[in-house]
Amino acid sequence: MTIAIRNAHATDLSRRGFMVGAAGMTFAVGAGLRPAEAARSGDVTLSPWVTISTDDTVAIMSPAAEMGQGSLTSLPLILAEELDADWAKVRVVVAPPNDELYKNPTFGYMYTAGSNAVTSYFKPLRQFGAQVRKVLLANAATHWNVPVAELTTGPNVVIHEKSGRRLTYGEIAAFAEIPVKAPEVAESELKKPEQFRLIGKDVMRVELPSKVNGTAQYAIDVQVPGMLYGAVLRAPVEGSGPDKIDDAKAKSIAGLVQIVPLPYGVGVIALTPWAAFDAKDALKVTWTKTGKAWGFDSEKMLPAFAAAARDLTQATKVWGAQGDTLAAMQAAATVVEADYRNDLVYHAQMEPLNAVASVSAAGDACEVWCGVQSKTIAVTVAATALNVSPDKITYHDMLLGGGFGRRGHRDEEYVHDAVVLSNAVKKPVKMMWTREDDFHNGRFNPLSAHYLRAGFDQAGKLVAFHHRKACDEVTAFQDPVRFARQKGRDGIAYNGLDAPYYEIANRLGEAVPRDTGLRTSSLRGIAHLTNIFAIESFMDELARSRKADPPDFRRDLVKGNARAVHIIETTRRMADWGKKRDGSALGFAYMNYAGTQIALVAEVALDRTSGALRVPNVWVALDPGIAVQPDTILAQTESSIVYGLGFALFERITTENGAVQQSGFYDYHVPRINEIPEMHIELVPTNNHPTGVGQMATPLVAPAIANAVAELTGVRLRETPMTPERVKKALG
Amino acid sequence: MATSFQINGKAVHSDAPTATPLLWVIREELKLSGTKFGCGTGLCGACMVHVDGKRAFSCQTQVGEVAGKAVTTIEGLSADSSHPVQKAWLAEKVPQCGYCQSGQIMSAVDLIKHNPKPTRAEIVAHMSTNICRCGSYPRIVRAVERAAREA
Repeated sequence: MTIAIRNAHATDLSRRGFMVGAAGMTFAVGAGLRPAEAARSGDVTLSPWVTISTDDTVAIMSPAAEMGQGSLTSLPLILAEELDADWAKVRVVVAPPNDELYKNPTFGYMYTAGSNAVTSYFKPLRQFGAQVRKVLLANAATHWNVPVAELTTGPNVVIHEKSGRRLTYGEIAAFAEIPVKAPEVAESELKKPEQFRLIGKDVMRVELPSKVNGTAQYAIDVQVPGMLYGAVLRAPVEGSGPDKIDDAKAKSIAGLVQIVPLPYGVGVIALTPWAAFDAKDALKVTWTKTGKAWGFDSEKMLPAFAAAARDLTQATKVWGAQGDTLAAMQAAATVVEADYRNDLVYHAQMEPLNAVASVSAAGDACEVWCGVQSKTIAVTVAATALNVSPDKITYHDMLLGGGFGRRGHRDEEYVHDAVVLSNAVKKPVKMMWTREDDFHNGRFNPLSAHYLRAGFDQAGKLVAFHHRKACDEVTAFQDPVRFARQKGRDGIAYNGLDAPYYEIANRLGEAVPRDTGLRTSSLRGIAHLTNIFAIESFMDELARSRKADPPDFRRDLVKGNARAVHIIETTRRMADWGKKRDGSALGFAYMNYAGTQIALVAEVALDRTSGALRVPNVWVALDPGIAVQPDTILAQTESSIVYGLGFALFERITTENGAVQQSGFYDYHVPRINEIPEMHIELVPTNNHPTGVGQMATPLVAPAIANAVAELTGVRLRETPMTPERVKKALG
Repeated sequence: MATSFQINGKAVHSDAPTATPLLWVIREELKLSGTKFGCGTGLCGACMVHVDGKRAFSCQTQVGEVAGKAVTTIEGLSADSSHPVQKAWLAEKVPQCGYCQSGQIMSAVDLIKHNPKPTRAEIVAHMSTNICRCGSYPRIVRAVERAAREA
């Protein structure tokens, strides 16, 4: 029997008597189904999250976007655990766009980012699972006329030990009465970690089989009858648009259907993808000089950023502070200072951005197929583009061929591109960016310059820490709605600036906001990517200035946190830290990434002739609390290391006159299989609330490499990426 | 001008201009979407197929070049994901976002076909044509080793 889980618009659910509480995540069950109706339909929707069929299938909603991180599996598995469902009988259903029911509680809308899905949904999903289990128990108790306290559950079954009777969940679904109000579940009624049957045990990720035979469906794979193909030439600078369009040559391309001038570029629609790309390439457009980034040369401007970071008279926004850092710095016996710089970085998700849209003949409704980090934003984007209400948008959820922070901007502009092109012809259009477009329209991890100083007292104790970062305010561009809600605090650019997990009496993190007009974005590692390069490089310099062992130096600064100490010690042991290497050296870095304890050691060798760095080995230990899916955590950690390696050694976007200079994998170097280290990873789960695992190693790679180079050569590398040219220059 | 060739054992023809990349003919004309568009420059390997039993970047192969030849895509490896490389890919849980994996698998099949017992260095050298931005590389190595062992 197929599951007829309501493809859940809120109206469907409320028709069945569900209400959503003020907190949004608690369900209050309404009138429920009469047994006869339930039996007829073959399924009982026990909450907006769970439907149990009479064939014993349990359908569970999965609210997050799947981009390789495994949330499609991990989230329903958490609910299944408390429901005591038989995982073999669980069918995962992608939740429809509905913020009210399925929002991420931290963000307040359906948004998959920040390695946040498991950590934010963990408690509510356990609650929902436990509530549904209670409903099943109550129904079985009534059915058998026994006290509910005499009942237990096993996988998909309610058991009455005394009489030896059993009812499967599917059997109960045939007669279940759903209470008016959801049962209360106290924290103490939830399973203890030692009772987990699913959490902590690896299951096959639900979509993985489709990813070895070509059947996995991404937006770019969608076929709609009568579909045309779209391409868009966007202005090189944000805020600019076409001034003069010479489309004579484009119009001569066989298969061209229509040229669509847009405020920010020029769209083309054609019968085939090759005609669309050829026509786009044949356009000759001059651009208005509107927009802020014209004239911005990233290479020339980075020194100005560095000067601003150092200039204590510059206006700042305090990101985080404790004590009186400026006074403590003044009173310090010794002050150490340093600066660091980072270039722009590109996401390079393997699927170039694209979307498919089909606008109705009257222009009053639209279907969209897209892979996005926020599906409710995609619906809003499509509705806004057509000036219709969101209920006129039919959204089709597709897998993401990589996300890395690129696909959750408030404007999801590639979805917009597809909708406006489809609207121009009132036909389905598959809108694809080429790889070159994906570069040129890229939104990058921002350019940043960091100035750090530290004060030690007479006894050699670190008493003051000051970190100033000059960089664009990313959230202002990426998500103005969130930026306003956060009253101008820009977590995407500045999170962790003051290293709040280090026990330092006086610390100050200050944003020195720039406004270049460049397109910027969160990228894997987010603010920490550059902040940790600066902080952990600096910690290494401080340790060396005190002739302290680098891991010891950090351990002394986290000694109140046993989990942190344990992870530092574990990593040190794994890497055999004290052992001298021949021709290579080790570097250490640690961070507390949103509660996940993680430390990394990199072994680095140097080719002094070319300046090329090689990383033969990386050791990582991490404690993310409860490990919901251990193998997925290992995979994400491997993945994070590779991503961090690219940032550390290779990846560099530059702009000239505001325009992106790189266009493909021929002038932008992402790590390949022959460039990666041997990875040694120890997962150290603890019974703490689970925290993020999707990107935690990424920020540690660059500082660990730089610290190893310092150990190996005595020379400090202060700029990412650490390209051979830069290494040679630093070595002198 | 139509180009006739075989794809996954089936005779097909395409009316696309002969200079059209095979990739787009496979994806949009023949509707075999397992072969992916990644870069269009033969540098990422997402588009990897086999032409007459040898791997080829389908984004760098003009459809006219495969006239009379036999093309194999991920869909043609097996009807039920039972090719040893596909089985090894699942056993090692290689894919993350999965977008590059058809191309990775086609490259790996090509390696094992021509070199049934590759060394680790040979695996790494052969597979360096294919980018995986999710960094599934350690698992790719393990999966190729497993496939070679179990094939």
